[in-house]
Amino acid sequence: MTTMTTIAAPRRGWRAAGTWIGAVIVGLTLFAAIFAPWITPHDPYAQDLGKRLLPPFWMDGHNPMHLLGTDQIGRDYLSRLIYGARISMLIGIGVTITSAIIGIAMGVLGGFVGGKVDDAVLFAITTRLSIPVVLVALAVVGLMGSSFTLLVLTLGLLLWDRFAVVARSTTMQVRNLDFVSAAWCAGCSRFHILWREVLPNIASHLVVVATLEIALAILLEAALSFLGLGVPPPLPSWGLMISEAKEYMYFSPWVIMIPGIALFVLVLGINLLGDGLRDHFGTGTQ
Amino acid sequence: MLRFLLRRFVVALLVAATVLTLAFMLTRLSGDLAISIAGANATQADVELIRKAYGLDRPVIVQFFDWVGRAMIGDFGESYFFKARTAALIGERMPVTITLGLTGLLIALFVSIPMGIAAAVNEGAWVDRVVQFIALLGQAMPGFWLGLILMITFGLQLGWLPISGTGSWQHYVMPGIVLAFTAIPALTRLTRAGMIQAMSSDYIRTARAKGLSRASILLKHALRNAAIPVVAIAAVQLGFMLGGSIVIESVFALHGVGFLAWESIGKNDFPVVQAVVLVLAVIYVALTMLADILNAVLDPRLRTA
Repeated sequence: MTTMTTIAAPRRGWRAAGTWIGAVIVGLTLFAAIFAPWITPHDPYAQDLGKRLLPPFWMDGHNPMHLLGTDQIGRDYLSRLIYGARISMLIGIGVTITSAIIGIAMGVLGGFVGGKVDDAVLFAITTRLSIPVVLVALAVVGLMGSSFTLLVLTLGLLLWDRFAVVARSTTMQVRNLDFVSAAWCAGCSRFHILWREVLPNIASHLVVVATLEIALAILLEAALSFLGLGVPPPLPSWGLMISEAKEYMYFSPWVIMIPGIALFVLVLGINLLGDGLRDHFGTGTQ
Repeated sequence: MLRFLLRRFVVALLVAATVLTLAFMLTRLSGDLAISIAGANATQADVELIRKAYGLDRPVIVQFFDWVGRAMIGDFGESYFFKARTAALIGERMPVTITLGLTGLLIALFVSIPMGIAAAVNEGAWVDRVVQFIALLGQAMPGFWLGLILMITFGLQLGWLPISGTGSWQHYVMPGIVLAFTAIPALTRLTRAGMIQAMSSDYIRTARAKGLSRASILLKHALRNAAIPVVAIAAVQLGFMLGGSIVIESVFALHGVGFLAWESIGKNDFPVVQAVVLVLAVIYVALTMLADILNAVLDPRLRTA
């Protein structure tokens, strides 16, 4: 609240504008993702080989029925793009929830208990950071066959490190504050203290991490799908759309530009929103 | 200092041992390896033959210690698909990946350090805002997509650079730029933050009071101190970049270790996959250890850690 209402130094104004732009981008994508079946003009899976690679509306020879044109087997690009938002958002949120549970549990435990437990947590974080994420995710999907659930779980099991690092350091800061000592004196259980005293006080930091992780998961899913080992076709993942259209990109560059820009703008929007939240909570400078 | 080095080394070894175990477990995820290797058209007899030939009929624990024992001396077994020693395959392809990683890192440093300094010196002004915005854009850029755009623009439309392959130094320019993008946002922000902190410190005030030139203050005094975390993170970033090069190598058909891993995953070539995971992880561990030591050498205050 404070950041929004302080007297507008020009930088604050810029920052606030960025936050709002981010919020609008994320809001619109969420809207598209949730209401996809009602707002798409066509079935995203319906092929029409008579209408292959129709150009989008700003180019000559476009078809007013297909605003963003059609792909190499005549599926409506706008409809696929809207359904693609669903995949990106589900992956981003699903992966982040999985990794948040693992990372926060480990980080809070290490930061709160300290000693040998904390050493183990730090070791797990160090080990995790040394594992090449993209390669391992590709290998898992390659070996077990691509499916949406598997992808979410795999990425979730790989991306918990930042949650753990932040939860651990913030828990250490909170652990010795007066209200925690007071709760101990009042005879509260350890679980109560973790759940009701520690967690709410580190939550703002974790929300900022969550935005970063959503953005990262979305980018990773697109890269994996692009390499053919992400979500399986014919799902309209933006990364998969780029991959399938790749052969045609030299003659009709828009086939990769449209899903690519969607991906870029969404991730940019999430990051802008995350930066805004960080300013808002005042968690950036430590 | 010695104590610090020793401690750091033991941790690195333990991490490597854990990754060794994980890499083995990774390839056992798919269930029966022999069936996967034999392929879809194999008969039961073929599968049994393969199971025997590759020692997959032994208990898993025996297979594990066999793999660990061999991996320790750099023997990663034979590739099922390429019919060659895995270690030789990786050795052959590694120079390409290292060249790509170093190219990416150099480009990233050449871009981010000047940008970070410019932003710090003009903190809050438009230069600073532009730099921060560029960092934000870089963070949101999907690498493989940027690669395709560069291929269309510089490869096809302008004809300046080759689109794919490994032949000459020109082949590394576009992949290097794409890879650099993954490190530029972090390195720029770090340089900026380090410079801002350094510029507001007492020794810079002293340098100013002595009447030193602006360039001397910036480059000799402030940058030296701001560079310490940047150097350390640069080493870590190189590790991340090598691990992430699989996507970029596949886009540009650059025949490095990442490309090898991608091919092997497609062919169910387990020895290669687990070896590449292990090698990349060990390189990362070595680089982070190097970064910590470098940090300790450059900044004596950290040696007690």
